[in-house]
Amino acid sequence: MAEESVKLLGYWASPFALRVKWALKLKGVHYEYVEENLPNKSPLLLRYNPVYKKIPVLVHNGKPLAESLLIIEYIDEAWKQNPLLPDDPYERANARFWAKFFDEKCVPEVMGAFASKGEEQEKAAKARENLKMLERALEGKPFFGGDKIGFLDIAVGWIGIWGRIVEEIAGVSLIDAETMPLLTAWLNNFLEVPVIKACIPSWHELLEHNKGFHKILTGSST
Amino acid sequence: MAQVQLFGLWGSPFSCRVEIALKLKGVEYEYIEEDLSNKSPLLLQYNPIHKKVPVLVHKRKPIAESLVILEYIDETWNERNPILPHDPYERATARFWAKFIDEKCIFALWKACWSEEKEREEAAREACEHLQTLEDVLKDKRFFGGDMIGLVDIVANFMGFWLGIIEEATGVKLLTEEKYPKLYKWSEEFVNCSAIKENLPPRDKLLAYMRARYGVSITY
Repeated sequence: MAEESVKLLGYWASPFALRVKWALKLKGVHYEYVEENLPNKSPLLLRYNPVYKKIPVLVHNGKPLAESLLIIEYIDEAWKQNPLLPDDPYERANARFWAKFFDEKCVPEVMGAFASKGEEQEKAAKARENLKMLERALEGKPFFGGDKIGFLDIAVGWIGIWGRIVEEIAGVSLIDAETMPLLTAWLNNFLEVPVIKACIPSWHELLEHNKGFHKILTGSST
Repeated sequence: MAQVQLFGLWGSPFSCRVEIALKLKGVEYEYIEEDLSNKSPLLLQYNPIHKKVPVLVHKRKPIAESLVILEYIDETWNERNPILPHDPYERATARFWAKFIDEKCIFALWKACWSEEKEREEAAREACEHLQTLEDVLKDKRFFGGDMIGLVDIVANFMGFWLGIIEEATGVKLLTEEKYPKLYKWSEEFVNCSAIKENLPPRDKLLAYMRARYGVSITY
């Protein structure tokens, strides 16, 4: 049997790379991890992702793929064990809809709250409004995927870590236990799942890294 | 109540995509035209998050977002005319280009046509870069999907039909045969393809709409 080669080009502080790591770990896929030295992008990255020039990039038997959610769908289709997306087409459509909503309506608002100087409270309020909507997809289930974690859990889960970092650095509230009890409970469960927890970067290192980032983005001093 | 309903808008490329897919699959459906200045209670009930068209309702269950709807249609009515290929890598590649078109191309092209004079050069530069990317992706294939239209062709309907009309309304020329011969040829094949042709809005009506909405005067 020909040996399979799986490589992930990532960055330790990227939540999008983390999503892909989670997917690979959940599937039990062995892969080689290549840390990109951002912002000095390697020639390999530029060759594998000429359109966006970003990580994560998955390279499977020499064939590259970019865009984290698409990579996760690919992983789900290429390795059939432990399915991430549900079987039913309507449930699959729901999972894709909410992942898209999260990426297009929640993430930019969270980034906005993090990067703005003077408007962080308004942007955080908008982020909270949109994050709250995600609770509709939970519908009293322990995970978005039902009894076990699935596609939407790993698409959204990183907000539990990065959200807290933004809250601390920017002085805003994003995930409020009182107004978002379902989301809070889900995050507490999700981040404790062993295979998920094992991949999370060091909180302290992430915090320091993002403090530096915040200074640059907002032009603020210490 | 029909088993399949589509809430759409006559001039919307996003709505049109769903009609193309349903026709390709031979699915009978009831079409409901929405007035976006006066959205129906049903639309707001079916798509409370975005409040937009298109929305597909199948057995009373709503699905929004055209790319999500297209995949749903492909998975639900899977006996004929596949929209996505079988191979996982090719599927991922098709999804990548569909996303690229939606997130980068359409907006850049729109901006390049409608921008103020001073912003137009930069907008056109970006739009042309994306058109070249698509030209390179197409290579020598008849369609992005190969011999038959697929997901990327359907999602590129804006380039295939709407762009030409906007170019006529604004006088801005972007997708020319000289610069992008393959893409240009594709756009001709696209509008002549039987599954597409019947589902495009009337050209004159769309042209008049573009001119009127954006204040370009018509002189005959």
